[in-house]
Amino acid sequence: MFYREAGDFKTSYRDDGQTFPIRFDRYRYYAVLVFGFVVLPFLLNDYWTNAVFVPFLIYAIAAIGLNILVGYCGQLSLGTGGFMAVGAYACYKLTTAFPDVNIVFHILGAGIVTALVGMLFGLPSLRIKGFYLAVATLAAQFFLVWLFNRVPWFYNYSASGQISMPERTVLGIPVTGASVAPWAGYLVCLVFAVALAWMARNLTRGSVGRRWMAIRDMDIAAEIIGVNPLKAKLTAFAVSSFYVGIAGALFFSVYLGAVEVGEAFGIQKSFAVLFMIIIGGLGSIFGSFAGAAFMVVLPVMIKLVLVDTLGWPTDLGAHIQLMVVGALIIVFLIAEPHGMAQLWRLTKEKLRLWPFPH
Amino acid sequence: MNDMSQAAPTADGRKIGGVLMEMKNITLRFGGVKAITDISFDIREGEIRAIIGPNGAGKSSMLNVISGFYTPQEGEVWFRGQRRQPMKPYEVARQGIARTFQNIALFDGMTVLDNIMTGRLTMMKSGLLAQALWWGRAEAEEVAHRAQVEKIIDFLEIQAIRKTPVGRLPYGLKKRVELARALAAEPKLLLLDEPMAGMNVEEKEDMSRFILDVNDEFGTTIALIEHDMGVVMDLSDRVVVMDYGKKIGDGTPAEVRANQDVIDAYLGVAHD
Repeated sequence: MFYREAGDFKTSYRDDGQTFPIRFDRYRYYAVLVFGFVVLPFLLNDYWTNAVFVPFLIYAIAAIGLNILVGYCGQLSLGTGGFMAVGAYACYKLTTAFPDVNIVFHILGAGIVTALVGMLFGLPSLRIKGFYLAVATLAAQFFLVWLFNRVPWFYNYSASGQISMPERTVLGIPVTGASVAPWAGYLVCLVFAVALAWMARNLTRGSVGRRWMAIRDMDIAAEIIGVNPLKAKLTAFAVSSFYVGIAGALFFSVYLGAVEVGEAFGIQKSFAVLFMIIIGGLGSIFGSFAGAAFMVVLPVMIKLVLVDTLGWPTDLGAHIQLMVVGALIIVFLIAEPHGMAQLWRLTKEKLRLWPFPH
Repeated sequence: MNDMSQAAPTADGRKIGGVLMEMKNITLRFGGVKAITDISFDIREGEIRAIIGPNGAGKSSMLNVISGFYTPQEGEVWFRGQRRQPMKPYEVARQGIARTFQNIALFDGMTVLDNIMTGRLTMMKSGLLAQALWWGRAEAEEVAHRAQVEKIIDFLEIQAIRKTPVGRLPYGLKKRVELARALAAEPKLLLLDEPMAGMNVEEKEDMSRFILDVNDEFGTTIALIEHDMGVVMDLSDRVVVMDYGKKIGDGTPAEVRANQDVIDAYLGVAHD
């Protein structure tokens, strides 16, 4: 049961390429899955679902998406909020246009629509890199929010300019709308998060992922070994936007229920998800989860400790939260640019030798 | 190695075939600067062809023309009996031309194994969805290519560093990994840009051995740029000598060594 490879020999390349090569790691992962699927749904109340678990899972999906683009393919994007909005509005338009189709297909459809939009805004990436590309995606962010605010067709000409999710069911159980049980919404998000994380892992360990990483590490060398840069970058934009779009659709339909685009999907959202992957770890699926958990749990913890326990004013707690996040980003950028995922990796390397490090 | 330098191209049992690549009257300009002026030479199948010359002679530019980075203003590039249209570097790679760089161009964030696996990307065809689900062709393809890559890892004796991130490796090993990545593509023509730059004698000997072995065992045609004259004269079957963008010599090492223009270019000429 110790964390080490000793005695765990791989006899085929298939075994050697698996996601968790160490047996202990594998069992731990299965244990977490079982706990998440079987135990947690019974323990969850309204508060913990809505304050922690559902936003954590949704942000984790968005963070994986952004990590594919930034961490794996090296293309900086500040348009995450805008692409989440595309997912949300696509889901809304689809579910109001085809109310009889299962919501799961609408969410997937929203992902596909966002992927197409993402590819469109990814086109400049062939010519511009780094900060300049970030500015181009920033334009996407502002343009998309403006578009959903100004074109009434997107919000079905509702008087408030908001979109609100009607009740939809999966297998007869409501998962969106007012009467949804905490565990139902949570399970929908969990299924999406686990499936998408697994797919992201597969993509990044195979040839598609190698193309992305080759472009990230040295685009000239990537081209010389036969990687078509336009194709590699556009697939990264498409897959990334697919993830972000699904996160946006879930954020709107399962989590918030009603959305005003500038408020829910503004530039703050883009930065929040970017912070998640910086703190969590660029180029790591686990890091996406860690970063999302951190950014979701931190405000809850600060509120619990400072406001509820110590009785400090609410606004003071909110300000302290901003300061802590800001300080942590600087600390991580200086001390550990690879984020929490790297800390985890180092811990594991130490664990392999523990308790006899010499 | 020493017997190689005396041997004629075919005397050691290797087969030198017909013309694989032919450069016809290549001229390359950057603005007003002529980097290459009207150069023609050919590379035959199975041979080791060296391009030498003093600094700034246009050797690397020549290699960049072959690998598609630069498109010459004048002249024709013929590869495997066909005239090559101007194409992007990744299209050149798909035609079976691989190369290494003077300043190592590996992917620092990836392991040695992943780096070498990138060499086989042109052969990996499974689609995005199959990859995402890791289903059917995706996994079978991964395993099959891994087996091929392992052969190259064995060949170049880098088994021990298979899973090490490339950024952590010393210089000499990085050069070897870069060669491995180029070999993984199973190229028809392998271009080596100063494969021994910055190496000590032992490393140079290792690299020379690998180059000869690659040529011998895989029958890969090799074109290399190198400054170490001893290495060039020992390894190569034929040598092109360039100076100031012009070709001043072409032939076997012995012929080139006797060429007065070459001696002048390297040792200088007395002006009176």
